[in-house]
Amino acid sequence: MDLKEQVLIMSGVDVRKCMACGKCSGACPSYNEMDYHPHQFVSMVKKGNIEPLMKSESVYKCLTCYACIERCPRGVEPAKLIEAIRLLAVRPQGSNHIKADDIPSLLDPELPQQAIVTAFRKYSK
Amino acid sequence: MTYSYYPGCTLKTKAKELDRSARLCAEALGANLRELDNWQCCGGAYTASSDEIATKLSSVRALLEAESREEDIITLCSACHNVLKRVRNDLTNDANFAFKVNNYVKPEKPFEGKTKVIHFLEFLRDEIGFDNLREKVVNPFTGKKIAAYYGCLLLRPSGVMDMDDPENPKILEDFIRAIGGEPVMYPYRNECCGGYVALEDKSATVKKSEKIVASADGFGADIIITACPLCLYNLESAKGESEVKYFTELLAVALGIKEA
Ligand code: SF4
Ligand code: SF4
Ligand code: SF4
Ligand code: SF4
Repeated sequence: MDLKEQVLIMSGVDVRKCMACGKCSGACPSYNEMDYHPHQFVSMVKKGNIEPLMKSESVYKCLTCYACIERCPRGVEPAKLIEAIRLLAVRPQGSNHIKADDIPSLLDPELPQQAIVTAFRKYSK
Repeated sequence: MTYSYYPGCTLKTKAKELDRSARLCAEALGANLRELDNWQCCGGAYTASSDEIATKLSSVRALLEAESREEDIITLCSACHNVLKRVRNDLTNDANFAFKVNNYVKPEKPFEGKTKVIHFLEFLRDEIGFDNLREKVVNPFTGKKIAAYYGCLLLRPSGVMDMDDPENPKILEDFIRAIGGEPVMYPYRNECCGGYVALEDKSATVKKSEKIVASADGFGADIIITACPLCLYNLESAKGESEVKYFTELLAVALGIKEA
């Protein structure tokens, strides 16, 4: 099995449905912080070009807000591709994007626990 | 009316006021919220990948405990609500997921789907009814302009969350009217505040939240209300003119439980 197949199975996304309208990227609140944008995740997965996406900062900038999913006219669900690719990036041993030791220096005393547990869930395995 | 209550970890720490005001309001409205005995943190985020099992087990355990009590679960935190409701959806619609989960949890009785996950707002709308709620209000927010902030997790994915129209919701505005306030309509009410990225990159979440708060302020809001502790934190970090409050804090004032 190759990386593309893995991403398609994990996400359940059918990239062939995409008509490249770019609406997902237009809806994305993190667009400006991303190097690859939601519609590019779809087109690059379609081509099997997964590795650059795994190394991309975008996978840590996606808020999982699902605006791209809700507003895609073709039901493509780009955020699920981003989630699958982020998991492939952080799952191998030693690949955590955030480590427990990094947390104290980031902590603001008012920050709710929810942000910490969610970031951990998103950024590490 | 008795419900199982899933507070989540943030309501036990930074968001104690959300927990306290909701419990008092439920009591005043004649509902008994029984906290689940052995709830564990839901993790704050549902991981949408077909091979993710372990991160969903705490939600599965909460659902099983509530079903063994023959009760529905009430949630408050938008994130907990999102995670629990989506895991419930997987358990009832994805036989492969249910099989794998049962292998871990070994429940006495597998989840049958009788227990529903109800957000406190849905409890007010569907179980109490906003018309009945209006009659119980003793301190109405007359003349107050209140902006509803939905954020993302209450509404999306709409197919599973099924709370309201994801692009034109009204449950919070109807709530605001029920407590006598005037809802403020503004375009950013269902845009994300930046969420958990606040931990790693606060400037990014402040930027997103500033847009939301400036929009609500621009339409004349006095108060912005939310259900989510992280939304509250992010919106407060934007330092706008409006106060940011949990919707249950306003409800407690309206019902005469809490000083304004
Ligand atoms: S909105 Fe949907 S169809 Fe349009 S580019 Fe994005 S994924 Fe493709
Ligand atoms: S889910 Fe991620 S990619 Fe999709 S709109 Fe939200 S931040 Fe952008
Ligand atoms: S997600 Fe945890 S238990 Fe759920 S977020 Fe709300 S605070 Fe925590
Ligand atoms: S914190 Fe932002 S991410 Fe959470 S519900 Fe609120 S809007 Fe969405």
